[in-house]
Amino acid sequence: MANRIDVLKTYKLYINGKFPRTESGRYYQPKGAKGESLGNICLASRKDFRNAVVAARKAQQAWSSRSAFNRGQILYRIAEHMESRKAEFVELLGKEEGLSSAKSKSKIESLIDRIVYYAGWTDKFQQLFSSVNPVASSHFNFSMLEPVGVVSVLCDEKVGFEGLVTAISSIIGSGNSLVLLASKNSPTSAITFAEVLHHSDLPAGVVNILSGDRDELATHIAKHMDVNALLYCGDDEKLLKELQTESANNLKRIIHWSAEDNSEEYLESPYRIQEFLETKTTWHPVEQIGGSAPAY
Amino acid sequence: MSKKENAFSLKFDTEWTYAEAPESTSHIAIEKKYDLFIDGKFVKPKSGKYFETINPATEKPLAKVAEANQKDVDAAVNAARKAFPKWSGLPAKERGKYIFRIARLIQEKAREFAVIETMDGGKPIKEARDIDIPLAAAHFFYYAGWADKLQYAFPNAKAEPLGVAGQIIPWNFPLLMAAWKIAPALACGNTVVLKPAETTPLTALKLAELIQESGLPNGVVNIVTGDGKTGALIVEHPEIDKIAFTGSTEVGKIIQRAIAGTNKKATLELGGKAANIIFEDAPIDQAVEGVINGIFFNQGHVCCAGSRLFVQESIQKEVERKLVDRLETLIVGDPLDKNTDVGAINSKQQLETINGYLKIGESEGLRSHQAKNKLPDSGYFCRPTLFFDVAQSSRLAKEEIFGPVLAIQTFRTVDEVIEKANNTPYGLSAGVWTDKGSKAFNLSSQLKAGVIWANTFNKFDPTSPFGGYKESGFGREGGLHGLAAYLKIKA
Repeated sequence: MANRIDVLKTYKLYINGKFPRTESGRYYQPKGAKGESLGNICLASRKDFRNAVVAARKAQQAWSSRSAFNRGQILYRIAEHMESRKAEFVELLGKEEGLSSAKSKSKIESLIDRIVYYAGWTDKFQQLFSSVNPVASSHFNFSMLEPVGVVSVLCDEKVGFEGLVTAISSIIGSGNSLVLLASKNSPTSAITFAEVLHHSDLPAGVVNILSGDRDELATHIAKHMDVNALLYCGDDEKLLKELQTESANNLKRIIHWSAEDNSEEYLESPYRIQEFLETKTTWHPVEQIGGSAPAY
Repeated sequence: MSKKENAFSLKFDTEWTYAEAPESTSHIAIEKKYDLFIDGKFVKPKSGKYFETINPATEKPLAKVAEANQKDVDAAVNAARKAFPKWSGLPAKERGKYIFRIARLIQEKAREFAVIETMDGGKPIKEARDIDIPLAAAHFFYYAGWADKLQYAFPNAKAEPLGVAGQIIPWNFPLLMAAWKIAPALACGNTVVLKPAETTPLTALKLAELIQESGLPNGVVNIVTGDGKTGALIVEHPEIDKIAFTGSTEVGKIIQRAIAGTNKKATLELGGKAANIIFEDAPIDQAVEGVINGIFFNQGHVCCAGSRLFVQESIQKEVERKLVDRLETLIVGDPLDKNTDVGAINSKQQLETINGYLKIGESEGLRSHQAKNKLPDSGYFCRPTLFFDVAQSSRLAKEEIFGPVLAIQTFRTVDEVIEKANNTPYGLSAGVWTDKGSKAFNLSSQLKAGVIWANTFNKFDPTSPFGGYKESGFGREGGLHGLAAYLKIKA
């Protein structure tokens, strides 16, 4: 029998729960660690990014209104689906990062476990970080955590797929939505992860994944007025400075994860969730009427 | 059937007035000239320059204050840097005790602080006396107790001080803002270079004297005076590890750009344009009282002032009438008079800014009401003003006026008012008035703001975290959450 011709897959963007090609019609051809082509990958444009932000903004309120329990269920479902496609991820990551299959397998497994870790946090971090505040006046006063809103994520090559999985699972669990630009050389694992998200009951627009050129899009991403926070995973100091400068436009919160902070203690921590939260304090008067004290 | 008229109407054009009740200034010690407080001593500025600080209620000078230049800021930062290892290495319990001492001394001198605060800034003495100064002392008390308990604040993580904190504070709550900044910084083991606002430096300098008296080690707190240029020197100083700023959003953005690419950590507490929302089921009289307090407290010089009022259409007439009546009972005048509700505008420049907005309202042809109160002949005063039926697109509804000017809008449905209230780049505070608990909680979770006052407004407490969403800044001050601003948290 003649050799079978492989069916090659086209990797596209993930925006608003759909897989469109870039509106710009452009592509690039990244190479894996050993030099083989990873295919014709969408080179996302500014317009793709803007579309993704519109989707993320639209999805965010409803997503954060879901119960914490439900968000945890969906994260866990993501882990289940990733587990079932483990072999594919091991192969893709091996190609992208030049890892042996054993190393690639152990990395993918640890990332699946990381999603489970964050799935468990969705209905617990609130109790850890909120407080009832003993004010001196007759008020009931409490502070609780809310998602910051729409988050942009930029991942460097060094951080790659691990950064992507960690960022997504720590950011969305609290009710944020996000737009992530995958690192240039890990688009196939990134878009395959988007397929996993797509089949895990995650509402459209909560996670949007773009592939493309960081240097082309970074300034634009930092400047966007409808993004509340920006996570940069990587160590390009010049880029970080630029992101911080341009973000001042609308006072985005800038969060920086260095590739050097790659320990499990750092990447699996409720403090990674807290970085994408706002503290809201609520006051309400407490009635003071004589004679209404509880009787024992 | 005849329509029922109001049972009575209030008359304000009577001869009846309050007798004067001025607070005495006889026990107040203000020097003719203040130097910079660096390394535990008052030192002459290397700039050789001084500027005047005046009483905005009389336009008369109160004292001359040093203007710090680059060399002066260098000296202050060096002193703070030098003091840092010893201060952060001190047993935490001892560190806490120093802060307790400062708290106690503020209480002992509360009256003097209150009177000077009122003279230098123009706020009514009853507010300085009952709010600013007691809260400042309470803030030091609260954070003093944290100094030796930090390991409990951040579970499973190690908390370390940052180093030297550069702190720049505004003119609306001079001593209180100094307390908000200094107390947590010291409790966490940092040392401080603080710059009070140009128009209100006196209580910070009195605090410097008090700190000297407390025996706090030299260099742990340094206080340098000057204008925005001095502030910029602090922001840009390479030996500073942390910037804490309270002020305008415009300057906040400049600061974020200035510290980009450095390792400086920042907390920014910036402007606001808070929505105060009254539903038809609200206790109207309480709500009106809260609205008046929300916008006229401290002449409206409050970043979290309830400067946008949203009234449900069905109660528009009643609320407007009650607001107008209440406005006419406000006493505008001598800040030192204990009966005064609305004092002097902090500076001539600010008065001009506010007047500019009043002109905008006029040119937009808005229906308005201004208090008829007679204003003093000298000093910077502004009549409390209401503008009705303000458009969402009006600059009065969009921009922070920082004065006693309320923009009133109406709404019909809950969704509509949430949309309108959140349609602003700011997100510092919001208020909601309703008798229905579930509605209050719905609103408090939907409004994008760091502080929500439900059936109350403009309440502050050292245990209660304060700070903004969106362009109102980031980081929290107060409470357990306020500690994070002054610590490195390591897993």
